[in-house]
Amino acid sequence: MEHDARALAQAVAADEARRASRWQLRFRLGWGVLIALLAGFVLVSLNVEIDFIARATPFILEGIWITLIVSASSITLATFLAAVGALGRLSSNAIVNAVASFYVSFFRGTPLILQLLVWYLALPQVGIILDPIFCAIGALGMNYGAYMTEIFRAGIQAVPLGQREAAAALGMSSRTAFLRIVAPQAFRIIVPAIGNDFVAMLKDSALASTVALQEIVWRARNVGQKEFKTLQTFIIAAMIYWALTILFSTFQNRIEKRLAAGDRNKESKG
Amino acid sequence: MWPGETVCILGRSGSGKSTFLRSLNFLEDPTDGVVEIDGVVVAADPFHKEGKERQARIQELRLRAGMVFQEFNLFPHLSVIENCVEAPVHVKGMDRKEAEVIAEKYLAKVGLSEKRDEYPSRLSGGQRQRVAIARALTMQPKVLLFDEPTSALDPTLVGEVLKVMADLAHEGRTMIVVTHEMDFAHEAADRVYYMDQGEFAEVGPPEQVIDAPKDPRTKEFLSRFRTLGSKK
Repeated sequence: MEHDARALAQAVAADEARRASRWQLRFRLGWGVLIALLAGFVLVSLNVEIDFIARATPFILEGIWITLIVSASSITLATFLAAVGALGRLSSNAIVNAVASFYVSFFRGTPLILQLLVWYLALPQVGIILDPIFCAIGALGMNYGAYMTEIFRAGIQAVPLGQREAAAALGMSSRTAFLRIVAPQAFRIIVPAIGNDFVAMLKDSALASTVALQEIVWRARNVGQKEFKTLQTFIIAAMIYWALTILFSTFQNRIEKRLAAGDRNKESKG
Repeated sequence: MWPGETVCILGRSGSGKSTFLRSLNFLEDPTDGVVEIDGVVVAADPFHKEGKERQARIQELRLRAGMVFQEFNLFPHLSVIENCVEAPVHVKGMDRKEAEVIAEKYLAKVGLSEKRDEYPSRLSGGQRQRVAIARALTMQPKVLLFDEPTSALDPTLVGEVLKVMADLAHEGRTMIVVTHEMDFAHEAADRVYYMDQGEFAEVGPPEQVIDAPKDPRTKEFLSRFRTLGSKK
């Protein structure tokens, strides 16, 4: 009997493994087919000109630096604003809270592209003329900061009340309790969200092409329009963004895994 | 309350036991009354007329009153030893080494010396609560406040926590314990308070309040424990 049970368990496990590997195979096959279709579409319908692509690609690739600089600066600004904004939203001071919630409401309530155009086109009207790169960083940073304020606030509030009570009962001031007990725990909740927003920011930075910033999309449009080959150049640009996104998502996964490894606490209770 | 006394507060859920206990270190804002611990006096201030100076006194008070919660409330991002020395170092300004020596002494007392560098999530409920007790003790408080310390534990883990608490009571710690553990109250308490609807219905030594209650509310409450097959 015991032997039979073990044999049965082994057979079930083997069957499960077989099904899992078949699933993996089909999954990869699916991806393969889709990529082949995409590549086929590009190759056949685009009338590939290696010569042109070889000329255009390095020019477009140079835009990566602007894209990365704008994205990194904007996410830094946004993180700072979100930290201040979240503290404001959680403040017991009514005026501070009003300022913070006004900021969130206004910058979330209006289109990002409109905000960017205000920085670039409208501010000069009142005598404020900024370099396009600062317009882009300002607009993206302020806008993302508003969204991230809510994420940070939620992250701070996700730390159980008991943590604050325990800190208070140990004689900690609310400031010490926040810095030493609440903030480190909130940080672990918030980090994945910052990573997500950075990946989103990488792509939203393409909006900066509208303010003549020579990032990837601007370059793809300009080099393409000259020879009426924007289909080719836009596909190149798309591939660059896609590659960047995959790269950073992998990187982000790794950071999250490491954070999770250091964080042996999966329960909300201490 | 006298130094060295152990007081247990009994009563059904919602009778105000925890609220009373939490008012003693101002985790709840009492509407009336005065709390004095070891010379530090803080009065109720329901209309928030007093300012920062009162808050400072509340913190002084809390340094003298160690609290153990029902849900342990250990800091999950810190190891056991870090949990214990966090407040001594960052509130009292104690030297970290010195604080660790004190913490190790109390970890030994609760029987968890070897768990010094573990994180709370790797401990059982009973172990967590014992760490919470060691954490409170490391602040070297004048009085320990226990808020239903065994109510969140598996029945099999209650004993190890009660044993630590009984040891503390017998070595002359000043303790106020909100609990449903009749046997513990009977064995360790110098005085028992029975609470009903926010007031003390009956007060006295455990032999009197638990074994021979006079107040009808206390009688009724205790009769439930007997019908549930308690040893007493």
